[in-house]
Amino acid sequence: MTHSATTPPEQPMAALPGGEVTEGPMLAADGTPLKASLKRALRREKLRALLLISPLLIFILVAFVGPIADMLFRSVENQIVSETLPRTVAALRAEDTPEGEVPDEEVFAQLYTDLVIAEEYKIHTRLGSRLNYEMTGVSSLFRSTGRDVGRFDTDIYTDQFVEAAPALEDPANWVAWMEEEAVREALPLTADAWDEWVTLTVEENEDDPLEEDVPDFVFTTLYRDLTAGATPPDAFPDVDVSGFETVSIKALFEDSDEDWMDPQLWQLIETYSPEYTDGYFLNAVDMMNGPDGEAQFRPDDQRIYLKLFWRTMWMSMVITFSCILLGYPIAYLLSTLPLRSANVLMILVLLPFWTSLLVRTSAWKVLLQQQGVINDTLVWLGLVDNFNRLQLINNITGTVIAMTHILLPFMILPLYSVMKTIPPSYVRAAKSMGANDWTAFWRVWFPLSVPGIGAGSILVFILSIGYYITPEIVGGTEGVFISNRIAYHISSSLNWGLAAALGSILLALVLVLYWLYDRIVGIDNVKLGG
Amino acid sequence: MAALPPYASTGQKIWHYAYRIICGLIFFFLIAPIIIIIPLSFNAENFFTFTPKMLALDPEGYSLKHYRDFFTNPDWQVPLWNSLKIAPVATFISVALGTLAAIGLSQPHVPFRRAIMATLISPMIVPLIISAAGMYFFYSRIGLQGTYWGVVLAHAALGIPFVIITVTATLVGFDRSLTRAAANLGAGPVRTFFKVQMPLILPGVVSGGLFAFITSFDEVVVVLFVGSAGQKTLPWQMFTGLREQISPTILAAATVLISISVVLLVTLEVLRRRSERLRGMSPG
Repeated sequence: MTHSATTPPEQPMAALPGGEVTEGPMLAADGTPLKASLKRALRREKLRALLLISPLLIFILVAFVGPIADMLFRSVENQIVSETLPRTVAALRAEDTPEGEVPDEEVFAQLYTDLVIAEEYKIHTRLGSRLNYEMTGVSSLFRSTGRDVGRFDTDIYTDQFVEAAPALEDPANWVAWMEEEAVREALPLTADAWDEWVTLTVEENEDDPLEEDVPDFVFTTLYRDLTAGATPPDAFPDVDVSGFETVSIKALFEDSDEDWMDPQLWQLIETYSPEYTDGYFLNAVDMMNGPDGEAQFRPDDQRIYLKLFWRTMWMSMVITFSCILLGYPIAYLLSTLPLRSANVLMILVLLPFWTSLLVRTSAWKVLLQQQGVINDTLVWLGLVDNFNRLQLINNITGTVIAMTHILLPFMILPLYSVMKTIPPSYVRAAKSMGANDWTAFWRVWFPLSVPGIGAGSILVFILSIGYYITPEIVGGTEGVFISNRIAYHISSSLNWGLAAALGSILLALVLVLYWLYDRIVGIDNVKLGG
Repeated sequence: MAALPPYASTGQKIWHYAYRIICGLIFFFLIAPIIIIIPLSFNAENFFTFTPKMLALDPEGYSLKHYRDFFTNPDWQVPLWNSLKIAPVATFISVALGTLAAIGLSQPHVPFRRAIMATLISPMIVPLIISAAGMYFFYSRIGLQGTYWGVVLAHAALGIPFVIITVTATLVGFDRSLTRAAANLGAGPVRTFFKVQMPLILPGVVSGGLFAFITSFDEVVVVLFVGSAGQKTLPWQMFTGLREQISPTILAAATVLISISVVLLVTLEVLRRRSERLRGMSPG
């Protein structure tokens, strides 16, 4: 913006005030050393530049970089197990169940409390579907046991407690007891279960805990606290639990669904109990955490992503190559024609560039159909039999044709801008020294145009490996890219972690290419529209 | 490649014409799919190919019924209006912030210039599906997912690289002594900006704005994830149409969009020439 308005007078005239010859550092007009004065001016200029940039930078950080960081975070985040089953996870860790064995009663008792609460919040199915990505059947297991868990036979504890001490039936008494530190310390599990119950009633169901029955799971934890040898203070009713009729919670779970006795399920819960996981990334490269905790490849029939990555790369290469093949002659023609005719022909390149992507994709969808214009023309010309029309869409061919057309301008424009800088006199000089047309082109012109090929290829390749819309519409099932799988996991299968992991890998790939592009071409040199 | 010299050999002549034919075919490949949409959109039948009547140039084979559907059916009108509500606001944000930042970036001393530039250009480089996924996760956390402003902010972010690139390109040729002269004559920074700098970089700002507009107007991936049914845009409607059951009205919509791009292309070309003339770079 304005330059001189705020710049202090550090210009040459300030060097020697009064024309005297002075010893020591040169001084500015106001007497400060010139060096300091210049430094201050520079600092102010930098600050002003940053001030101008900062609104946009903040905007981009919030609206764009933040989301990308969020996605990266989601690809390793794994709080669902420890959030939904916090007590079970803690018990599993304390227990240290040997490999290949089902944990004992203690863990199941904790799972019972967790699951009752999770069921009230309706989050157990979410955990079920999350774990189902790793082991089929877990989703239905959680759903069916979630239905049963409220009707478990644990009410025998409730009945026995209430019979022994009727005061336990009144929630008001509980509120009073639970306010006493001594009671809470003596009955830690019960206090925890009670707190959870109060939060649930107040926040989720918007009820008053004083008007609700004290639930079975609180009595169950009370029983466990007392059998563990807790001696509550005098305020709490003294109940002798030694003669109580008991019920095995483990057996209740087994009755509900035998899958709870599967050691693999427990291995799975333990593997996914830490808050961060590499599971999504392993999944994204067709691997998984094996039972021994070591990463290993999935069974052959479940390996899809490496193949898909490879196909994405391979198809992008084919598209890039087709773009070079078609773009090079055009760029050569445009750069050697007189400016006026080149500008006219340039419109033929820019019109597709400016036309809506959806328009171009719909054009190809319409043209490539079996009953479409291309097949009709081929039949009319007699090149193709009417009953044997070409399958041009919903396969790799469709994707390659449509994407080559869509990305071709991105190849032609950088090629053209490089070729325009090649002096035509070089070719003339080569010819005057006896080179024929081909040698002059191949030995002189072509090497000079290679940077353009490099720039165009990286650009087309970067754009192509991340494409979503066109493959989705003309690609069918074979002609799709990794992007389509990411979209599928976000909107249909809801496996967001895997989508984020796949996205992170794709992003890393693109950033490497971007860095290369920056090294070769420089981002400042990106030109738009010729 | 210009003109064929009179001493060209037969081989050279053959190659010269063969080359032109090859180029003609490639131009045909580039332009034909777009052009062919236009006559097909006037089809009187619900087909996607030329009917015998159309090929015989019989007026009965042509009709405006797909256009009538496009301009009266709420399935198309609502998305069209949504697009027109989202794109200008997103463009305004991109242009306002982008121009300011581009001016900052073209100062002689900018710390971390490369890193800042790379960050600001990144929305153009990161594949749309990744931006869409990230925005979907992040905007759901902060309650912007499925709202009008969520889509506007997302589109503004996507349009910014284009504004930055075009405006910095215009500023490369900008003569700094002009602002000094203005200041010397007593104009304040704001007045200098609007009276001296702005008119000169205006072509760059406008073409950056056009890029940002078309980016938003044409964008479908991000809006699919960040938007909800209330923000359904025209490209979204076309996308669902193409994916599910394709109705010929899409051809009418496509023709309308092609006309818009032609107008934009012409505007940009005029602006480019004006800018070059103003800066005295070429006679045009």
